[in-house]
Amino acid sequence: MPISDAKHRIIAGMQSMISIKDLSKVYAGGFTALKSVSLDIDRGEIFALLGPNGAGKTTLINIVCGIVNASGGSVEVDGYDIQRDFRQTRTRIGLVPQEMASESFETVWNTCSFSRGLFGKPPSPEYLEKVLRSLSLWDKRDTITMQLSGGMKRRVLIAKALAHEPEVLFLDEPTAGVDVELRQDMWNVVSALRDQGVTVILTTHYIEEAEQLADRVGVINHGEIILVEQKAKLMRDLGKKQLVLNLQEPLSEVPAELKDYGLELSDDHNDLTFTYDTARERTGITALLGDLSKAGIHFNDLHTSQSSLEEIFVDLVKRPQ
Amino acid sequence: MNFQAVKAIYRYEMARMFRTVVQSIVAPVLSTSLYFVIFGSAIGSRITEIDGVGYGSFIVPGLIMLSIMTESISNSSFAIYFPKFTGTIYELLSAPVSWVEVLLGYVGAAASKSMIIGGIILLTASFFVDIEIAHPVVMVTFLLLTCVSFCLFGFILGVWATGWEKLTIVPVLVIMPLTFLGGTFYSISMLPPVWQTISLFNPVVYLISGFRWSFYENADVSITLSLATTVGFLIICLLAVRWIFVTGYRLRS
Repeated sequence: MPISDAKHRIIAGMQSMISIKDLSKVYAGGFTALKSVSLDIDRGEIFALLGPNGAGKTTLINIVCGIVNASGGSVEVDGYDIQRDFRQTRTRIGLVPQEMASESFETVWNTCSFSRGLFGKPPSPEYLEKVLRSLSLWDKRDTITMQLSGGMKRRVLIAKALAHEPEVLFLDEPTAGVDVELRQDMWNVVSALRDQGVTVILTTHYIEEAEQLADRVGVINHGEIILVEQKAKLMRDLGKKQLVLNLQEPLSEVPAELKDYGLELSDDHNDLTFTYDTARERTGITALLGDLSKAGIHFNDLHTSQSSLEEIFVDLVKRPQ
Repeated sequence: MNFQAVKAIYRYEMARMFRTVVQSIVAPVLSTSLYFVIFGSAIGSRITEIDGVGYGSFIVPGLIMLSIMTESISNSSFAIYFPKFTGTIYELLSAPVSWVEVLLGYVGAAASKSMIIGGIILLTASFFVDIEIAHPVVMVTFLLLTCVSFCLFGFILGVWATGWEKLTIVPVLVIMPLTFLGGTFYSISMLPPVWQTISLFNPVVYLISGFRWSFYENADVSITLSLATTVGFLIICLLAVRWIFVTGYRLRS
Protein backbone atom coordinates (compact mmCIF):
# COMPACT_ATOMS: atom_id res chain seq x y z
CA MET A 1 0.00 0.00 0.00
CA PRO A 2 1.44 3.38 -0.92
CA ILE A 3 2.15 5.63 2.00
CA SER A 4 1.54 9.36 2.03
CA ASP A 5 4.39 11.74 1.57
CA ALA A 6 3.99 13.19 5.05
CA LYS A 7 3.87 9.73 6.61
CA HIS A 8 6.91 8.71 4.65
CA ARG A 9 8.81 11.65 6.06
CA ILE A 10 7.84 10.63 9.57
CA ILE A 11 8.99 7.08 8.91
CA ALA A 12 12.15 8.36 7.27
CA GLY A 13 12.28 10.91 10.11
CA MET A 14 16.05 11.01 10.02
CA GLN A 15 18.61 13.68 9.86
CA SER A 16 20.06 12.45 6.56
CA MET A 17 18.69 14.01 3.40
CA ILE A 18 20.95 11.88 1.24
CA SER A 19 22.22 8.48 2.30
CA ILE A 20 24.79 6.79 0.08
CA LYS A 21 25.83 3.22 0.86
CA ASP A 22 28.68 1.27 -0.75
CA LEU A 23 28.27 3.11 -4.02
CA SER A 24 30.56 1.98 -6.78
CA LYS A 25 30.95 2.84 -10.43
CA VAL A 26 33.03 1.13 -13.06
CA TYR A 27 32.70 2.64 -16.52
CA ALA A 28 32.46 0.52 -19.66
CA GLY A 29 36.12 1.15 -20.43
CA GLY A 30 37.09 -0.39 -17.09
CA PHE A 31 37.83 2.86 -15.26
CA THR A 32 36.77 2.67 -11.62
CA ALA A 33 35.34 6.07 -10.72
CA LEU A 34 33.89 5.19 -7.31
CA LYS A 35 34.97 2.50 -4.85
CA SER A 36 32.34 1.61 -2.30
CA VAL A 37 31.54 5.15 -1.26
CA SER A 38 29.33 5.66 1.78
CA LEU A 39 28.23 9.12 2.79
CA ASP A 40 25.38 10.83 4.59
CA ILE A 41 24.41 14.41 3.85
CA ASP A 42 22.38 16.08 6.58
CA ARG A 43 19.12 17.85 5.93
CA GLY A 44 19.61 21.57 5.40
CA GLU A 45 23.39 21.61 5.49
CA ILE A 46 25.87 22.91 2.95
CA PHE A 47 28.22 20.09 2.16
CA ALA A 48 31.39 20.80 0.21
CA LEU A 49 32.77 17.85 -1.72
CA LEU A 50 36.38 18.50 -2.52
CA GLY A 51 38.73 16.48 -4.64
CA PRO A 52 41.20 16.80 -7.48
CA ASN A 53 40.17 16.33 -11.11
CA GLY A 54 39.02 12.77 -11.81
CA ALA A 55 38.50 12.02 -8.12
CA GLY A 56 34.88 10.95 -8.68
CA LYS A 57 32.94 14.05 -7.58
CA THR A 58 30.89 14.47 -10.75
CA THR A 59 30.25 10.73 -11.08
CA LEU A 60 28.91 10.68 -7.54
CA ILE A 61 26.60 13.62 -8.23
CA ASN A 62 25.45 12.21 -11.56
CA ILE A 63 24.50 8.90 -9.97
CA VAL A 64 22.41 10.60 -7.28
CA CYS A 65 20.71 12.73 -9.95
CA GLY A 66 20.02 9.76 -12.23
CA ILE A 67 22.32 10.71 -15.09
CA VAL A 68 24.77 7.85 -14.56
CA ASN A 69 23.90 4.28 -13.59
CA ALA A 70 25.66 2.94 -10.51
CA SER A 71 27.54 -0.36 -10.70
CA GLY A 72 26.72 -1.21 -7.09
CA GLY A 73 25.43 0.15 -3.82
CA SER A 74 22.38 2.25 -3.05
CA VAL A 75 21.36 5.89 -2.68
CA GLU A 76 18.38 7.27 -0.81
CA VAL A 77 17.14 10.84 -1.02
CA ASP A 78 14.77 11.88 1.74
CA GLY A 79 14.26 8.19 2.46
CA TYR A 80 13.40 7.29 -1.15
CA ASP A 81 15.51 4.96 -3.27
CA ILE A 82 16.84 6.68 -6.41
CA GLN A 83 16.02 3.67 -8.59
CA ARG A 84 12.72 2.42 -7.24
CA ASP A 85 11.30 5.84 -6.32
CA PHE A 86 13.00 7.91 -9.01
CA ARG A 87 10.08 10.30 -9.35
CA GLN A 88 10.16 11.14 -5.65
CA THR A 89 13.92 11.61 -5.52
CA ARG A 90 14.35 13.53 -8.75
CA THR A 91 11.51 15.92 -7.94
CA ARG A 92 13.47 16.91 -4.84
CA ILE A 93 16.78 17.47 -6.61
CA GLY A 94 18.08 20.40 -8.61
CA LEU A 95 21.37 20.16 -10.46
CA VAL A 96 23.71 22.83 -11.72
CA PRO A 97 26.09 20.91 -13.96
CA GLN A 98 29.76 21.53 -14.36
CA GLU A 99 29.49 21.94 -18.14
CA MET A 100 27.97 25.16 -19.43
CA ALA A 101 25.10 23.45 -21.24
CA SER A 102 22.24 25.71 -22.26
CA GLU A 103 19.42 25.83 -24.77
CA SER A 104 21.07 28.40 -26.98
CA PHE A 105 18.01 29.53 -28.93
CA GLU A 106 15.57 29.86 -26.04
CA THR A 107 14.89 32.92 -23.92
CA VAL A 108 15.84 32.84 -20.26
CA TRP A 109 12.18 32.83 -19.25
CA ASN A 110 11.23 29.99 -21.58
CA THR A 111 14.14 27.77 -20.65
CA CYS A 112 13.39 28.21 -16.93
CA SER A 113 9.67 27.58 -17.50
CA PHE A 114 10.59 24.42 -19.39
CA SER A 115 12.71 23.20 -16.48
CA ARG A 116 9.88 23.78 -14.03
CA GLY A 117 7.42 21.85 -16.17
CA LEU A 118 9.87 19.04 -16.84
CA PHE A 119 10.15 18.43 -13.10
CA GLY A 120 6.38 18.22 -12.78
CA LYS A 121 5.56 21.63 -11.36
CA PRO A 122 2.67 23.72 -12.71
CA PRO A 123 3.57 27.17 -14.05
CA SER A 124 4.26 29.80 -11.40
CA PRO A 125 5.30 33.12 -12.92
CA GLU A 126 5.57 34.66 -9.43
CA TYR A 127 8.07 32.07 -8.21
CA LEU A 128 10.07 32.21 -11.43
CA GLU A 129 10.23 35.99 -11.19
CA LYS A 130 11.56 35.67 -7.63
CA VAL A 131 14.28 33.26 -8.75
CA LEU A 132 15.30 35.40 -11.71
CA ARG A 133 15.41 38.53 -9.57
CA SER A 134 17.53 36.82 -6.92
CA LEU A 135 20.05 35.93 -9.62
CA SER A 136 19.93 39.38 -11.27
CA LEU A 137 18.43 37.78 -14.37
CA TRP A 138 15.06 39.53 -14.39
CA ASP A 139 16.19 42.17 -16.88
CA LYS A 140 17.45 39.39 -19.16
CA ARG A 141 14.31 37.27 -19.06
CA ASP A 142 13.48 37.88 -22.73
CA THR A 143 17.07 37.52 -23.94
CA ILE A 144 18.09 34.51 -26.00
CA THR A 145 20.46 32.42 -23.88
CA MET A 146 23.21 32.33 -26.50
CA GLN A 147 23.42 36.14 -26.34
CA LEU A 148 24.34 36.09 -22.65
CA SER A 149 27.84 36.27 -21.23
CA GLY A 150 29.41 33.19 -19.66
CA GLY A 151 28.64 34.40 -16.16
CA MET A 152 25.02 35.09 -17.04
CA LYS A 153 24.68 31.65 -18.61
CA ARG A 154 25.94 30.19 -15.35
CA ARG A 155 23.23 32.10 -13.52
CA VAL A 156 20.65 30.72 -15.94
CA LEU A 157 21.79 27.19 -15.08
CA ILE A 158 21.26 27.96 -11.41
CA ALA A 159 17.84 29.48 -12.15
CA LYS A 160 16.86 26.35 -14.11
CA ALA A 161 17.96 24.15 -11.22
CA LEU A 162 15.91 26.21 -8.79
CA ALA A 163 12.88 26.52 -11.07
CA HIS A 164 11.09 23.51 -9.58
CA GLU A 165 11.75 24.46 -5.95
CA PRO A 166 14.14 21.62 -5.10
CA GLU A 167 14.89 20.53 -1.56
CA VAL A 168 18.37 19.43 -2.54
CA LEU A 169 20.65 21.43 -4.78
CA PHE A 170 23.80 20.05 -6.38
CA LEU A 171 26.24 22.70 -7.48
CA ASP A 172 28.98 21.09 -9.53
CA GLU A 173 31.68 23.73 -9.65
CA PRO A 174 29.19 26.57 -10.04
CA THR A 175 31.67 29.42 -9.98
CA ALA A 176 34.25 28.00 -12.39
CA GLY A 177 35.29 30.79 -14.73
CA VAL A 178 33.04 33.49 -13.29
CA ASP A 179 34.13 36.89 -12.03
CA VAL A 180 34.50 37.87 -8.40
CA GLU A 181 31.24 39.82 -8.29
CA LEU A 182 29.20 36.94 -9.64
CA ARG A 183 30.90 34.53 -7.26
CA GLN A 184 29.91 36.71 -4.36
CA ASP A 185 26.34 36.87 -5.69
CA MET A 186 26.19 33.10 -5.91
CA TRP A 187 27.51 32.72 -2.40
CA ASN A 188 24.70 34.97 -1.26
CA VAL A 189 22.16 32.85 -3.15
CA VAL A 190 23.53 29.66 -1.62
CA SER A 191 23.44 31.15 1.85
CA ALA A 192 19.83 32.25 1.27
CA LEU A 193 18.93 28.73 0.13
CA ARG A 194 20.40 27.29 3.29
CA ASP A 195 18.29 29.70 5.30
CA GLN A 196 15.25 28.33 3.47
CA GLY A 197 16.20 24.79 4.49
CA VAL A 198 17.58 23.63 1.14
CA THR A 199 20.34 21.05 1.36
CA VAL A 200 23.26 22.13 -0.80
CA ILE A 201 26.04 19.89 -2.07
CA LEU A 202 28.84 21.87 -3.56
CA THR A 203 31.89 20.73 -5.47
CA THR A 204 34.48 23.31 -6.16
CA HIS A 205 38.09 23.88 -6.98
CA TYR A 206 37.97 27.14 -5.08
CA ILE A 207 38.69 25.97 -1.59
CA GLU A 208 37.99 29.48 -0.41
CA GLU A 209 34.42 28.89 -1.54
CA ALA A 210 34.06 25.79 0.60
CA GLU A 211 35.73 27.56 3.49
CA GLN A 212 33.27 30.41 3.15
CA LEU A 213 30.07 28.42 2.71
CA ALA A 214 30.29 24.85 3.92
CA ASP A 215 29.05 23.38 7.17
CA ARG A 216 30.80 20.11 6.48
CA VAL A 217 33.56 19.09 4.12
CA GLY A 218 34.12 15.76 2.40
CA VAL A 219 37.27 14.95 0.54
CA ILE A 220 37.21 12.39 -2.24
CA ASN A 221 40.27 11.06 -4.00
CA HIS A 222 40.71 8.15 -6.39
CA GLY A 223 37.03 7.29 -6.01
CA GLU A 224 37.15 6.99 -2.23
CA ILE A 225 35.89 9.30 0.49
CA ILE A 226 38.97 9.91 2.57
CA LEU A 227 37.49 12.35 5.04
CA VAL A 228 34.18 13.82 6.14
CA GLU A 229 34.25 16.39 8.88
CA GLN A 230 32.64 19.56 10.17
CA LYS A 231 34.55 22.34 8.49
CA ALA A 232 35.33 24.10 11.76
CA LYS A 233 36.51 20.87 13.38
CA LEU A 234 38.54 19.94 10.33
CA MET A 235 40.32 23.24 10.40
CA ARG A 236 40.79 22.96 14.13
CA ASP A 237 42.06 19.38 14.04
CA LEU A 238 44.11 19.40 10.90
CA GLY A 239 44.89 23.06 10.67
CA LYS A 240 48.29 24.05 11.94
CA LYS A 241 48.70 27.28 13.76
CA GLN A 242 51.95 29.15 13.50
CA LEU A 243 53.60 31.85 15.58
CA VAL A 244 56.01 34.04 13.62
CA LEU A 245 58.52 36.14 15.55
CA ASN A 246 60.19 39.05 13.81
CA LEU A 247 63.66 39.21 15.40
CA GLN A 248 65.46 42.37 16.49
CA GLU A 249 68.72 40.98 15.12
CA PRO A 250 69.24 38.28 12.50
CA LEU A 251 70.19 34.81 13.73
CA SER A 252 72.76 32.71 11.94
CA GLU A 253 71.11 29.51 13.18
CA VAL A 254 68.61 28.26 15.75
CA PRO A 255 70.44 27.82 19.08
CA ALA A 256 70.90 24.21 20.19
CA GLU A 257 68.89 24.75 23.42
CA LEU A 258 65.82 25.65 21.30
CA LYS A 259 66.04 22.67 18.91
CA ASP A 260 63.19 20.84 20.66
CA TYR A 261 60.72 23.51 19.61
CA GLY A 262 61.20 22.66 15.92
CA LEU A 263 61.69 26.30 15.06
CA GLU A 264 62.19 27.32 11.44
CA LEU A 265 64.50 30.17 10.57
CA SER A 266 63.53 32.22 7.53
CA ASP A 267 65.90 32.53 4.57
CA ASP A 268 66.72 36.11 5.49
CA HIS A 269 67.41 34.96 9.09
CA ASN A 270 65.04 37.62 10.43
CA ASP A 271 62.00 35.48 11.35
CA LEU A 272 61.51 32.45 13.56
CA THR A 273 58.43 30.32 13.00
CA PHE A 274 56.96 28.08 15.67
CA THR A 275 54.25 25.60 14.66
CA TYR A 276 51.90 24.45 17.41
CA ASP A 277 48.73 22.52 18.00
CA THR A 278 45.83 24.47 19.51
CA ALA A 279 44.07 21.25 20.49
CA ARG A 280 46.77 20.34 22.98
CA GLU A 281 46.50 21.37 26.59
CA ARG A 282 49.74 23.31 26.38
CA THR A 283 50.79 24.93 23.15
CA GLY A 284 54.35 25.54 24.36
CA ILE A 285 54.25 29.24 23.53
CA THR A 286 54.86 30.44 27.08
CA ALA A 287 57.83 28.12 27.50
CA LEU A 288 59.24 29.13 24.14
CA LEU A 289 59.05 32.83 24.92
CA GLY A 290 60.78 32.19 28.23
CA ASP A 291 63.55 30.18 26.61
CA LEU A 292 64.03 32.77 23.88
CA SER A 293 64.49 35.43 26.52
CA LYS A 294 67.00 33.23 28.37
CA ALA A 295 68.91 32.72 25.13
CA GLY A 296 69.04 36.51 24.64
CA ILE A 297 66.88 36.45 21.54
CA HIS A 298 64.53 39.40 21.37
CA PHE A 299 61.85 40.23 18.82
CA ASN A 300 60.20 43.36 17.46
CA ASP A 301 56.88 41.89 16.51
CA LEU A 302 54.93 38.66 16.40
CA HIS A 303 51.83 37.33 14.68
CA THR A 304 49.96 34.05 14.38
CA SER A 305 48.40 32.40 11.31
CA GLN A 306 46.29 29.31 10.71
CA SER A 307 46.36 26.82 7.80
CA SER A 308 43.70 27.50 5.21
CA LEU A 309 41.33 24.79 4.06
CA GLU A 310 43.27 24.75 0.83
CA GLU A 311 46.48 23.79 2.61
CA ILE A 312 44.61 21.11 4.53
CA PHE A 313 43.07 19.78 1.31
CA VAL A 314 46.39 19.65 -0.54
CA ASP A 315 47.94 17.89 2.43
CA LEU A 316 45.12 15.29 2.51
CA VAL A 317 45.12 14.36 -1.16
CA LYS A 318 48.89 14.12 -1.27
CA ARG A 319 49.00 11.61 1.53
CA PRO A 320 49.92 8.09 0.34
CA GLN A 321 46.87 5.80 0.00
CA MET B 1 2.15 10.20 -14.94
CA ASN B 2 4.05 13.49 -15.10
CA PHE B 3 1.67 15.43 -17.40
CA GLN B 4 3.42 18.71 -16.69
CA ALA B 5 6.62 17.25 -18.14
CA VAL B 6 4.83 15.91 -21.22
CA LYS B 7 3.28 19.32 -21.75
CA ALA B 8 6.60 21.10 -21.21
CA ILE B 9 8.46 18.91 -23.72
CA TYR B 10 5.63 19.05 -26.24
CA ARG B 11 5.28 22.82 -26.10
CA TYR B 12 9.03 23.30 -26.18
CA GLU B 13 9.36 21.17 -29.31
CA MET B 14 6.38 22.76 -31.04
CA ALA B 15 7.82 26.19 -30.29
CA ARG B 16 10.99 25.08 -32.08
CA MET B 17 8.93 24.31 -35.17
CA PHE B 18 7.30 27.73 -35.18
CA ARG B 19 10.71 29.33 -34.59
CA THR B 20 12.05 27.59 -37.68
CA VAL B 21 8.90 27.83 -39.77
CA VAL B 22 10.77 28.13 -43.09
CA GLN B 23 12.77 24.98 -42.45
CA SER B 24 9.88 23.11 -40.84
CA ILE B 25 6.98 23.93 -43.13
CA VAL B 26 7.93 26.04 -46.14
CA ALA B 27 10.77 23.74 -47.25
CA PRO B 28 8.70 20.51 -47.49
CA VAL B 29 5.87 22.36 -49.21
CA LEU B 30 8.27 23.83 -51.75
CA SER B 31 9.97 20.50 -52.45
CA THR B 32 6.57 18.80 -52.88
CA SER B 33 5.48 21.49 -55.32
CA LEU B 34 8.68 20.88 -57.27
CA TYR B 35 7.90 17.15 -57.37
CA PHE B 36 4.52 18.00 -58.86
CA VAL B 37 6.09 20.23 -61.48
CA ILE B 38 8.78 17.72 -62.43
CA PHE B 39 7.05 14.36 -62.00
CA GLY B 40 3.43 15.39 -62.35
CA SER B 41 3.84 17.62 -65.38
CA ALA B 42 6.87 16.17 -67.18
CA ILE B 43 6.22 12.45 -66.62
CA GLY B 44 2.45 12.89 -66.28
CA SER B 45 2.31 14.11 -69.86
CA ARG B 46 3.60 10.67 -70.98
CA ILE B 47 1.86 8.47 -68.35
CA THR B 48 -1.68 9.74 -68.37
CA GLU B 49 -3.06 7.39 -65.73
CA ILE B 50 -2.25 4.37 -63.54
CA ASP B 51 -4.99 1.92 -62.49
CA GLY B 52 -7.57 4.40 -63.69
CA VAL B 53 -6.18 7.34 -61.68
CA GLY B 54 -4.57 10.36 -63.31
CA TYR B 55 -0.78 10.31 -62.81
CA GLY B 56 -0.71 13.64 -60.96
CA SER B 57 -3.35 12.43 -58.52
CA PHE B 58 -1.74 8.98 -58.28
CA ILE B 59 1.53 10.34 -56.87
CA VAL B 60 -0.12 12.50 -54.17
CA PRO B 61 -0.29 9.79 -51.45
CA GLY B 62 3.31 8.74 -52.22
CA LEU B 63 4.54 12.32 -52.02
CA ILE B 64 2.79 12.86 -48.70
CA MET B 65 4.35 9.65 -47.38
CA LEU B 66 7.77 10.67 -48.69
CA SER B 67 7.57 14.00 -46.91
CA ILE B 68 6.16 12.82 -43.62
CA MET B 69 8.63 9.94 -43.36
CA THR B 70 11.55 12.27 -44.01
CA GLU B 71 10.22 15.00 -41.73
CA SER B 72 9.29 12.59 -38.94
CA ILE B 73 12.79 11.11 -38.88
CA SER B 74 14.43 14.49 -39.21
CA ASN B 75 12.36 16.19 -36.50
CA SER B 76 12.50 13.52 -33.84
CA SER B 77 16.14 12.57 -34.41
CA PHE B 78 17.17 16.22 -34.13
CA ALA B 79 14.97 16.73 -31.06
CA ILE B 80 16.88 14.16 -29.01
CA TYR B 81 20.28 14.48 -30.69
CA PHE B 82 20.60 18.24 -30.19
CA PRO B 83 20.36 18.07 -26.36
CA LYS B 84 22.94 15.28 -26.46
CA PHE B 85 25.18 17.46 -28.63
CA THR B 86 24.84 20.58 -26.47
CA GLY B 87 24.90 18.70 -23.16
CA THR B 88 21.43 19.83 -22.07
CA ILE B 89 20.33 16.19 -22.05
CA TYR B 90 21.41 16.16 -18.39
CA GLU B 91 18.18 17.90 -17.51
CA LEU B 92 15.98 15.30 -19.18
CA LEU B 93 17.94 12.44 -17.62
CA SER B 94 17.71 13.92 -14.15
CA ALA B 95 14.00 14.76 -14.44
CA PRO B 96 11.23 12.68 -12.83
CA VAL B 97 10.03 11.31 -16.15
CA SER B 98 9.63 7.77 -17.48
CA TRP B 99 10.35 6.71 -21.04
CA VAL B 100 6.62 6.90 -21.80
CA GLU B 101 6.46 10.57 -20.86
CA VAL B 102 9.61 11.36 -22.81
CA LEU B 103 8.10 9.68 -25.86
CA LEU B 104 4.74 11.38 -25.47
CA GLY B 105 6.53 14.72 -25.39
CA TYR B 106 9.15 14.31 -28.08
CA VAL B 107 7.48 11.85 -30.43
CA GLY B 108 4.08 13.47 -29.87
CA ALA B 109 5.46 16.86 -30.95
CA ALA B 110 7.40 15.46 -33.90
CA ALA B 111 4.35 13.45 -35.05
CA SER B 112 2.15 16.56 -34.71
CA LYS B 113 4.55 18.48 -36.92
CA SER B 114 4.51 15.68 -39.49
CA MET B 115 0.72 15.57 -39.43
CA ILE B 116 0.60 19.34 -39.99
CA ILE B 117 3.08 19.03 -42.87
CA GLY B 118 1.07 16.12 -44.33
CA GLY B 119 -2.07 18.24 -44.20
CA ILE B 120 -0.33 21.23 -45.81
CA ILE B 121 1.06 19.05 -48.61
CA LEU B 122 -2.39 17.58 -49.21
CA LEU B 123 -3.75 21.10 -49.42
CA THR B 124 -0.91 22.16 -51.73
CA ALA B 125 -1.53 19.13 -53.95
CA SER B 126 -5.20 20.02 -54.24
CA PHE B 127 -4.15 23.17 -56.11
CA PHE B 128 -2.38 21.05 -58.76
CA VAL B 129 -4.63 18.01 -59.19
CA ASP B 130 -8.04 16.59 -58.31
CA ILE B 131 -7.90 14.53 -55.13
CA GLU B 132 -10.49 12.09 -53.86
CA ILE B 133 -10.25 10.45 -50.46
CA ALA B 134 -12.34 7.29 -50.53
CA HIS B 135 -11.67 6.31 -46.91
CA PRO B 136 -10.82 9.39 -44.83
CA VAL B 137 -10.64 7.50 -41.52
CA VAL B 138 -8.23 4.92 -42.95
CA MET B 139 -6.24 7.74 -44.53
CA VAL B 140 -5.86 9.57 -41.20
CA THR B 141 -5.09 6.28 -39.44
CA PHE B 142 -2.30 5.47 -41.89
CA LEU B 143 -0.99 9.00 -41.68
CA LEU B 144 -0.94 8.89 -37.89
CA LEU B 145 0.61 5.43 -37.68
CA THR B 146 3.30 6.35 -40.19
CA CYS B 147 4.09 9.64 -38.46
CA VAL B 148 4.37 8.00 -35.04
CA SER B 149 6.36 5.00 -36.33
CA PHE B 150 8.89 7.10 -38.20
CA CYS B 151 9.15 9.60 -35.34
CA LEU B 152 9.99 6.66 -33.08
CA PHE B 153 12.52 5.48 -35.65
CA GLY B 154 13.99 8.99 -35.78
CA PHE B 155 14.17 9.07 -31.99
CA ILE B 156 16.15 5.82 -32.03
CA LEU B 157 18.40 7.27 -34.71
CA GLY B 158 18.97 10.42 -32.65
CA VAL B 159 19.95 8.37 -29.60
CA TRP B 160 22.22 6.11 -31.67
CA ALA B 161 23.96 8.92 -33.58
CA THR B 162 27.28 10.05 -32.19
CA GLY B 163 27.80 12.74 -34.82
CA TRP B 164 25.94 14.88 -37.34
CA GLU B 165 27.03 12.60 -40.20
CA LYS B 166 25.39 9.57 -38.62
CA LEU B 167 22.25 11.60 -38.10
CA THR B 168 21.88 12.23 -41.81
CA ILE B 169 23.35 9.03 -43.20
CA VAL B 170 20.35 6.79 -42.46
CA PRO B 171 17.67 9.12 -43.92
CA VAL B 172 19.78 9.77 -47.01
CA LEU B 173 21.21 6.32 -47.65
CA VAL B 174 18.40 4.09 -46.39
CA ILE B 175 15.05 5.84 -46.08
CA MET B 176 15.21 7.98 -49.21
CA PRO B 177 16.08 5.06 -51.57
CA LEU B 178 13.47 2.82 -49.93
CA THR B 179 10.84 5.54 -50.39
CA PHE B 180 11.73 6.22 -54.00
CA LEU B 181 11.75 2.47 -54.70
CA GLY B 182 8.61 1.96 -52.62
CA GLY B 183 6.15 3.07 -55.26
CA THR B 184 5.97 6.79 -54.59
CA PHE B 185 5.92 7.64 -58.27
CA TYR B 186 4.70 4.34 -59.77
CA SER B 187 2.74 1.20 -59.12
CA ILE B 188 5.00 -1.77 -58.51
CA SER B 189 2.81 -3.72 -60.92
CA MET B 190 4.54 -1.64 -63.63
CA LEU B 191 7.89 -3.28 -62.73
CA PRO B 192 9.27 -6.52 -64.26
CA PRO B 193 8.28 -9.61 -62.18
CA VAL B 194 11.72 -9.95 -60.55
CA TRP B 195 11.68 -6.36 -59.32
CA GLN B 196 8.09 -6.75 -58.15
CA THR B 197 9.23 -9.63 -55.92
CA ILE B 198 12.24 -7.66 -54.67
CA SER B 199 9.99 -4.66 -53.95
CA LEU B 200 7.88 -6.77 -51.58
CA PHE B 201 10.87 -6.83 -49.21
CA ASN B 202 10.71 -3.06 -49.00
CA PRO B 203 8.51 -2.14 -46.00
CA VAL B 204 7.78 1.30 -47.45
CA VAL B 205 5.83 -0.38 -50.28
CA TYR B 206 3.23 -1.49 -47.72
CA LEU B 207 2.91 1.98 -46.19
CA ILE B 208 2.48 3.78 -49.50
CA SER B 209 0.22 1.09 -50.90
CA GLY B 210 -2.11 1.19 -47.90
CA PHE B 211 -2.14 4.96 -47.84
CA ARG B 212 -2.90 5.13 -51.56
CA TRP B 213 -5.72 2.63 -51.10
CA SER B 214 -7.39 5.02 -48.66
CA PHE B 215 -7.47 7.58 -51.51
CA TYR B 216 -8.27 5.59 -54.65
CA GLU B 217 -9.08 2.06 -53.45
CA ASN B 218 -6.29 0.55 -55.50
CA ALA B 219 -3.20 -0.97 -53.92
CA ASP B 220 -0.11 -3.03 -54.74
CA VAL B 221 -0.61 -5.23 -51.65
CA SER B 222 -3.63 -5.97 -49.51
CA ILE B 223 -4.78 -3.25 -47.10
CA THR B 224 -4.69 -5.71 -44.21
CA LEU B 225 -1.07 -6.56 -44.91
CA SER B 226 -0.25 -2.85 -45.21
CA LEU B 227 -1.87 -2.10 -41.89
CA ALA B 228 -0.20 -5.10 -40.20
CA THR B 229 3.23 -4.03 -41.52
CA THR B 230 2.75 -0.46 -40.29
CA VAL B 231 1.59 -1.58 -36.84
CA GLY B 232 4.42 -4.15 -36.73
CA PHE B 233 7.00 -1.46 -37.48
CA LEU B 234 5.47 0.74 -34.77
CA ILE B 235 5.69 -2.05 -32.19
CA ILE B 236 9.31 -2.85 -33.09
CA CYS B 237 10.25 0.83 -32.71
CA LEU B 238 8.40 1.08 -29.38
CA LEU B 239 10.20 -1.98 -28.02
CA ALA B 240 13.54 -0.58 -29.19
CA VAL B 241 12.89 2.76 -27.45
CA ARG B 242 11.86 0.97 -24.27
CA TRP B 243 15.07 -1.05 -24.40
CA ILE B 244 17.08 2.16 -24.85
CA PHE B 245 15.61 3.66 -21.69
CA VAL B 246 15.85 0.47 -19.64
CA THR B 247 19.52 -0.08 -20.51
CA GLY B 248 20.44 3.60 -20.83
CA TYR B 249 22.00 2.86 -24.23
CA ARG B 250 23.94 5.97 -25.32
CA LEU B 251 21.98 8.05 -22.82
CA ARG B 252 23.22 6.99 -19.40
CA SER B 253 26.81 5.79 -18.98
